[in-house]
Amino acid sequence: MRLCIKNARHLEAPVDLLVDDNKIMTMTPAGHHAAPEGCEIFDACGLVLMPSLIDAHVHLREPGFEYKEDVASGLEAAARGGFGAVMCMANTKPVNDTASVTRHMLDRARQSHPHGPRLLPIAAATIGLKGETMAPLAELKEAGCVAVSNDGRPLENTELVRRIMEYGADLGLILIDHCEDPHLGRGWIMHEGDVSGLLGLKGQPPAGEALQAARDIMLAEYLDIPVHIAHVSAALTVDIIRWAKERGVKVSAETCPHYLLLDETALENYSTQSKVSPPLRTAHDREALREAVKTGIVDILVTDHAPHAAHEKDGTLDEAPCGFTGLDLALSLTWALVDEGVLTESDAHRLWCRRPAEIFGLPWNGFAPGDPADFFLFNPEEAWIPSRETMYSKSLNTPFLGQTLRGRVKHHWMGGRKLF
Amino acid sequence: MNTENRYHWPHKDLLDVTQLSRPDTLHLLDLAASFQEINTRPVKKVPTLKGKTVVLFFVEDSTRTKTSFDVAGKRLSADTFALGKSGSSLNKGESLKDTALTLQAMSPDVIVIRHSSSGAARYIADLLPCGVVNGGDGWHAHPTQALLDCFSLRQAWDNTFEDRTLLILGDIAHSRVARSNIHLLTSLGVRVRICAPRTLLPAGVDHWPVEVYTNLEKAVRDVDAAMCLRLQLERQQAGLLPDLAEYSRRFCLGLGHMELARPGAKVLHPGPMNRGLEISDDMADASASLVLNQVAAGVATRMAVLYLLATRNDGGRA
Repeated sequence: MRLCIKNARHLEAPVDLLVDDNKIMTMTPAGHHAAPEGCEIFDACGLVLMPSLIDAHVHLREPGFEYKEDVASGLEAAARGGFGAVMCMANTKPVNDTASVTRHMLDRARQSHPHGPRLLPIAAATIGLKGETMAPLAELKEAGCVAVSNDGRPLENTELVRRIMEYGADLGLILIDHCEDPHLGRGWIMHEGDVSGLLGLKGQPPAGEALQAARDIMLAEYLDIPVHIAHVSAALTVDIIRWAKERGVKVSAETCPHYLLLDETALENYSTQSKVSPPLRTAHDREALREAVKTGIVDILVTDHAPHAAHEKDGTLDEAPCGFTGLDLALSLTWALVDEGVLTESDAHRLWCRRPAEIFGLPWNGFAPGDPADFFLFNPEEAWIPSRETMYSKSLNTPFLGQTLRGRVKHHWMGGRKLF
Repeated sequence: MNTENRYHWPHKDLLDVTQLSRPDTLHLLDLAASFQEINTRPVKKVPTLKGKTVVLFFVEDSTRTKTSFDVAGKRLSADTFALGKSGSSLNKGESLKDTALTLQAMSPDVIVIRHSSSGAARYIADLLPCGVVNGGDGWHAHPTQALLDCFSLRQAWDNTFEDRTLLILGDIAHSRVARSNIHLLTSLGVRVRICAPRTLLPAGVDHWPVEVYTNLEKAVRDVDAAMCLRLQLERQQAGLLPDLAEYSRRFCLGLGHMELARPGAKVLHPGPMNRGLEISDDMADASASLVLNQVAAGVATRMAVLYLLATRNDGGRA
């Protein structure tokens, strides 16, 4: 089946896109060629054409916490948010530390979304995420896992980190490293700084993140094995990563849109919706991260989509769990940065598609002939308000709830097939 | 009351002293002074809040604050009843929200809440239509303690706050009393010094409107009053102090220290005191000590707070 997307805007230029079966055939300046006979034509005038995005860090909560999110609702939120692939973390119940759990996740994905988005499970680094015994990574890889992580719980044992990196490297599983010193600021509620001091809340110093990132980067250099630093929040960590990259260490890193848009002052009203791990930090950290994603020191954006039920966030700050839902919002938040001039449309492609595909060895659509026909059309002007009516995730735990955002995904194709 | 002198209290709740304007504070202190007179009468009860209900919802342990609010309410003829964590459904796993909504369904006029979580009073106040008083939330705020301290100092300092210097000594980082006092007293013109080991100073303290000391002898020089804070013994277990005896040697306020202060300088303590740890035994009982004045001031100040919140919708009687 052939499809022609006409008059779309891609990287500021009007284009026509020709899809043949499930692959990209050509992308040409708009009106350059007439659509082939018998081709389905879709007029995309006024809409931005983007490749399906890859989110390398989400929590879909199934199995075990389906009241927060399940694979079906998570993938629906992903599809509506423009994502063609999501890598889901292992902190489910049971933990994804055996092949049967991986297969269960993949079965649920095939049942609910047979045509995409793709679910790409991440193997638990240790049994039960307890940080004591390495999980059976070969078994997990064979079952379909694409990376390994102890996300949610930092690995204290440096020797174990080394062995996971080595054993995972043999299998092509890169370690996605949750960097947090488990002792510094134990029991923290927010970033340690001016605001935590005034609010009387226990804080986490940014050094807690940078210390463990530095440790594992040094291991990566010693072993000559890649490591990926998860959800970078602090300027100090950015400095460590920059230093490592200049030395040629095989390190990559991610951050989330919320760290580029918000800071610690979001907690001044004790809003549990602003409690996240790692915590929102200072305006200085936010600016350093903006610069880091612009220059590629921080390689990719992820949502760290962490849904929680309303009743769990409705309470005092110390009781409420950390985390924001993100799949529905990520592109609008990224577009706010494009509108602000912090990022370009091209940066958005790089941060959400090309670099995550390169880091994790995934297929991606660069709109070259033969690339997978995974793409969507986005209206950058459409204003919308995150609410129960407009979001597809089961949970609504986001500090952006009720705020007016700009930009919505209007149509999404995967493998040349229209998802909506 | 003369209409021109009528003061409109604008607040539904009292959550933090940061919400109070200078006129709010001075009005409240004046009102407390008028209520203090009631506490000296042979019959210490007036019908002012007859028919009003005050709930004392103390999820965290308290003796003096809860008793003080209870006495304050009863002296104004309000019906008071107390609920703690052990006597409430919180102990059975009920959420704070549901417990608070249950209390609200009984139509109280004011709920006084103490809770170990910073921000808990604000959470309840946003949830409930009745007046909410923060009786202490985590490390964050203890507004009535600051108001009663302010009341005590105002009496001791002949109604003047300008050109006065107060030293707050001890565990500043974990003290809601310190946070509230620093804001309230500096807003009235008092110079505030704080003194503690660095491990007991909060993040961002360099941006607070205070002078920071780590040496008690230097900190106490020429102050008009010193306020000791209770040291919680678990700070040593948390690794913030090597040894309580060493802390006492460096930071226990004694009579000798007050000789370095201005003549007539006073000593305050929010209680309960660890005698010999943060305040010496003889200092606690010295004539300069305002500790018992603070307790008396607490009742009067809380009478004023309950009056202002409970009558807020009664046609501007305040």
